[in-house]
Amino acid sequence: MRTVRFLLQKEFRQIFRNRAILAMICVMPVVQLAVLPWAADYEVKNVNLAVADHDHSTFSQQLVNSITASGYFRLTGYNGSYQEAMHLVESDQADLILEIPAGFERNLVRENQQKLFVAVNAINGTKANLGGAYLAEIIKNYNQRIRTELISEAGEPIHVIEITSSNWFNPLMNYKVYMVPGILAILITMIGGFLSALNIVKEKEVGTIEQINVTPIRKHHFILGKLIPFWVLGNVVFTLGLIVSWVIYGIIPAGNLAVLYAFISVYLVSVLGFGLLVSTFCDTQQQAMFIMFFFMMLFVLLGGLFTSIDSMPEWAKTVTRFNPVRYLIEVMRMVILKGSGMKNILYHLGIVTLFAIGLNSLAVLNYKKTS
Amino acid sequence: MQDVVIKTDKLTKRFGDFVATNAITFGVYKGEIFGFLGANGAGKTTAMRMLCGLSKPSSGDATIAGFNVYRETEEIKKNIGYMSQKFSLYEDLTVLENIRFFGGIYGLTDQQIKTKSEELIERLGLESEAKKLVGSLPLGWKQKLSFSVAVLHEPRIVFLDEPTGGVDPVTRRQFWDLIYAAAERGVTVFVTTHYMDEAEYCNRISIMVDGKIEALDSPTQLKRNFNASSMDEVFYQLARGAKRGD
Repeated sequence: MRTVRFLLQKEFRQIFRNRAILAMICVMPVVQLAVLPWAADYEVKNVNLAVADHDHSTFSQQLVNSITASGYFRLTGYNGSYQEAMHLVESDQADLILEIPAGFERNLVRENQQKLFVAVNAINGTKANLGGAYLAEIIKNYNQRIRTELISEAGEPIHVIEITSSNWFNPLMNYKVYMVPGILAILITMIGGFLSALNIVKEKEVGTIEQINVTPIRKHHFILGKLIPFWVLGNVVFTLGLIVSWVIYGIIPAGNLAVLYAFISVYLVSVLGFGLLVSTFCDTQQQAMFIMFFFMMLFVLLGGLFTSIDSMPEWAKTVTRFNPVRYLIEVMRMVILKGSGMKNILYHLGIVTLFAIGLNSLAVLNYKKTS
Repeated sequence: MQDVVIKTDKLTKRFGDFVATNAITFGVYKGEIFGFLGANGAGKTTAMRMLCGLSKPSSGDATIAGFNVYRETEEIKKNIGYMSQKFSLYEDLTVLENIRFFGGIYGLTDQQIKTKSEELIERLGLESEAKKLVGSLPLGWKQKLSFSVAVLHEPRIVFLDEPTGGVDPVTRRQFWDLIYAAAERGVTVFVTTHYMDEAEYCNRISIMVDGKIEALDSPTQLKRNFNASSMDEVFYQLARGAKRGD
């Protein structure tokens, strides 16, 4: 263990002399957590709507009013014909067209039914989908109001089933509360993974690894000497991240901090092991960077940060089981938002422990002092 | 008969079809300064890397300080020092920190590290540079430091791969003083070089051409054998026939 002490001393000295790394470690969590949650917001606002109104009646006016009053839509065109509205879509000024047919009001009153036509520009999938759904919801509400008015004029009672819901653990459905723990999870994965991957490869590039390989140093000592410093840094970044999310968003973990740190400790070992494994395969920092980037993209997009894993196809769900980031994001949300305890995250902890053991063993095995 | 500390038998390294080192057989005696000569690409570095346990031989056999080059690489590493062609101390650590680090991983005690550091700094005259980053030192000093770190743990053999490349004549002379001092302490020195004046400083030299050892003897004997007035001439006569270049 004396060897490890010397390795650690050397590694920490090098880290503290590397201004760029120190700056990244401090700036990255602050900037990413301050900026990203505002931008990575699922709520669709400012959907541009073009209305082709063939009716020009009180009812059609009312309908358009209630749509614009919702706050989600911006009326970018109020036209007399569908063609004109379509023009707006083609020139990217409108995302949705609502066509109100001639005789809208008359048919509603007399025949108690009327059809509306909604055309969606599906180039921006999320915007179109959610925009379409919002619009349908508003029209449904409007419809109900009209029917209530019409029917109560006729004096008949109405039966309406209304669904109300309440959002647990995030009562205001604040997306930031939901995104921040996830972004923090990605952040420590990136910092841990990249730092460890690039470190050994840098020694290969500079040639210092030769001087190490020609010493009787034990392989696992060498790997430990690389692992521990970045593990400490990972914990520092995580703590910094928690502070930032408390200061900016007022997020205080609902669960026990000790549970959170226990999980992070094991998780960092697995992610650092992954970085070290990659570095044993690469000869240049460029290669290591590319490979890490490839995996990071997969980890992030298949991690359940932006899209729900439950709604992925079966095969993709299977793939996410091999993604350590997925477990961290889940645990972060469970402990920070829901207040889950150790008992609830045991399964996740078990899997991440397996990752940690497996990846680090492979890294030690694949690190060859004699080629 | 003197002790043989390096012994190779038809030691060979192939990279695909290319035979970098072709069945070299030689022995190096304890305390000897052994010059390992050859043109660029002759296979010197490859041979040296095998002897240091950095590279696995393709065939043949070798024992270094009594340890087998296939099975006992880690034992070999305890008994040798190595200075690679490329400067490989940590440039972002100071002189003292480098000494401390390498002393530490070779298992020296804190007390040993302390005395050795002081000795070394004094011998090299690096007192005012001891706390400076190694990256800021001139090349000649880096090389001398690098050598001193390679023999810090008092290895039985030290391997030097072109230690004086790109260094001025005065510094080269000083460097060789360090080599002689080490040899006097009983360290066997195995050194590659391109400088023929340095070859003259060696007890014995071997000359490699295209992966094979073409000549092996003392400088005086080689000159006599090749009927040459200088080592330069000997080298030209042998290396002229080389097929490989840079």
